[in-house]
Amino acid sequence: MIELAFQKKLISASGEMLLSIETKIKEGSLVTLYGKSGAGKTTILRILGGLTQPDFGTIKVHDTIWLDISKKINLKPQKRKVGFVFQDYALFPNMTVKENLEFALLKGENSNIINHLIEMVELGELQHRKPTTLSGGQQQRVALARALVQKPKLLMLDEPLSALDEEIRFKLQQYILTVHKEFGLTTLLISHDVSEVLRMSNVVIELNEGKIIKQGTTNQIFNHQDLSAQFQLTGTLIQSIKQDFIYILSVQIGKDVVKIVADESEGNDLKIGDKILVSAKAFNPIIQKIS
Amino acid sequence: MIDWAPLILTFKLALITTFLLFIISIPLAYWMAFTKSKFKPVIETLVSMPLVLPPTVIGFYLLIAFSPANAFGNWLNEWLGLRLVFSFEGLLLASIFYSLPFMVHPIQSGFANLPRSLKEMSYIIGKSRTATITKVLLPNIKPSLLTGIVLAFAHTIGEFGVVLMIGGNIPGKTKVASIAIYDEVEALNYGAANTYSLILFALTFCILLLVYLFNNGYLKQFYR
Repeated sequence: MIELAFQKKLISASGEMLLSIETKIKEGSLVTLYGKSGAGKTTILRILGGLTQPDFGTIKVHDTIWLDISKKINLKPQKRKVGFVFQDYALFPNMTVKENLEFALLKGENSNIINHLIEMVELGELQHRKPTTLSGGQQQRVALARALVQKPKLLMLDEPLSALDEEIRFKLQQYILTVHKEFGLTTLLISHDVSEVLRMSNVVIELNEGKIIKQGTTNQIFNHQDLSAQFQLTGTLIQSIKQDFIYILSVQIGKDVVKIVADESEGNDLKIGDKILVSAKAFNPIIQKIS
Repeated sequence: MIDWAPLILTFKLALITTFLLFIISIPLAYWMAFTKSKFKPVIETLVSMPLVLPPTVIGFYLLIAFSPANAFGNWLNEWLGLRLVFSFEGLLLASIFYSLPFMVHPIQSGFANLPRSLKEMSYIIGKSRTATITKVLLPNIKPSLLTGIVLAFAHTIGEFGVVLMIGGNIPGKTKVASIAIYDEVEALNYGAANTYSLILFALTFCILLLVYLFNNGYLKQFYR
């Protein structure tokens, strides 16, 4: 169990904001932090990693106290042994792919894990290249592999996939799911892509302006547990045309734009840019606004 | 034939100064790049002073401070056996002060321009601050290090005022090339002055050219 309870004043674009978090995360879960940019997601990961210090509060991980401001306990990042994938990957440019992984290996640890990880994320052919010569998706795989060298209990990924195109994204989601299972990790992932959240995680923490507004399983959060649909797709509404008493909705799902017919009751409260869920039972699509 | 001693002395001085400055500047530049201390502006100002002060001012105060007639100079002389006026050691110390910004500034901006995430990632994977500096930060600011080394070296070669004030003009001990040139001109010995000058001109040109070639990547084809 990871228990978080802390507060920190943040300066954001819209003025001062109080990040105030209190939650528990079960061991072994894959949790997504979901919310608009500026909601404090990255800061939560940084506080967990020991890179940012909150103003008040405590962090307890598996009965070890990582942080207790009132008792002046603040474990250094070096001592927390977390795996962290930054948004910019932070690969060391002076080292090759393999050297990046080797650098993360603790003294006296078996180096077999390095070859295992390189194989697992399919970097064998690239292992002697410098990171600057790799594509974004390849760099992301290196960063993921490096984060796992020390076999951490907790893996944190800060929007690891946002810069990648759909195809590579899907593949990397599979890698993350694989390592999550194989290493028995507790994984914290930042994402604001609903389809990614649905595909990846079993628990979602939704944030707004520094506060947790919802926490639960993916189904609970996106509020469609009562549907027994044949398929579900999430997308963004990009166009809505009213024709007589129906709406023609253009919905961007991944890279594709899909046209869907909706009736008045469904179409009336939808705005351009809304995230919507499209589900269907055989030939009868149901449309729901989710955020 | 010219006397080679001033030239040899000049390069000896520049080499040792650069070496010592490199060692001093890395921790100082690291501190200046990352500290949140309120003393930072004061230290930054002090480090930058040699850029704007006439060299004679630095030379003058060092001369006063190190003079055995004064308390500090006397203490140095009595307890450490160091005579810093009109000696090579004094020249060295003055050069270190005088060339300090030329070494510190490039390294400081090199550190400051690295993405913060590199340092943080190194901490996350358990590396100490020293290991982070030597294995992650320094290898990624090689151009800044090279610039600092070369600028400090070249600037020490170009010293005149400071050297004259604190070192005087003792052949073989404190008479460096720039002073030798002045001497020869005073003695209307233009030929020798020209030889010294040409050598200095050609050497500094080559050194600086090499840095710019390296930092702009023109030399990569030869060493990669």
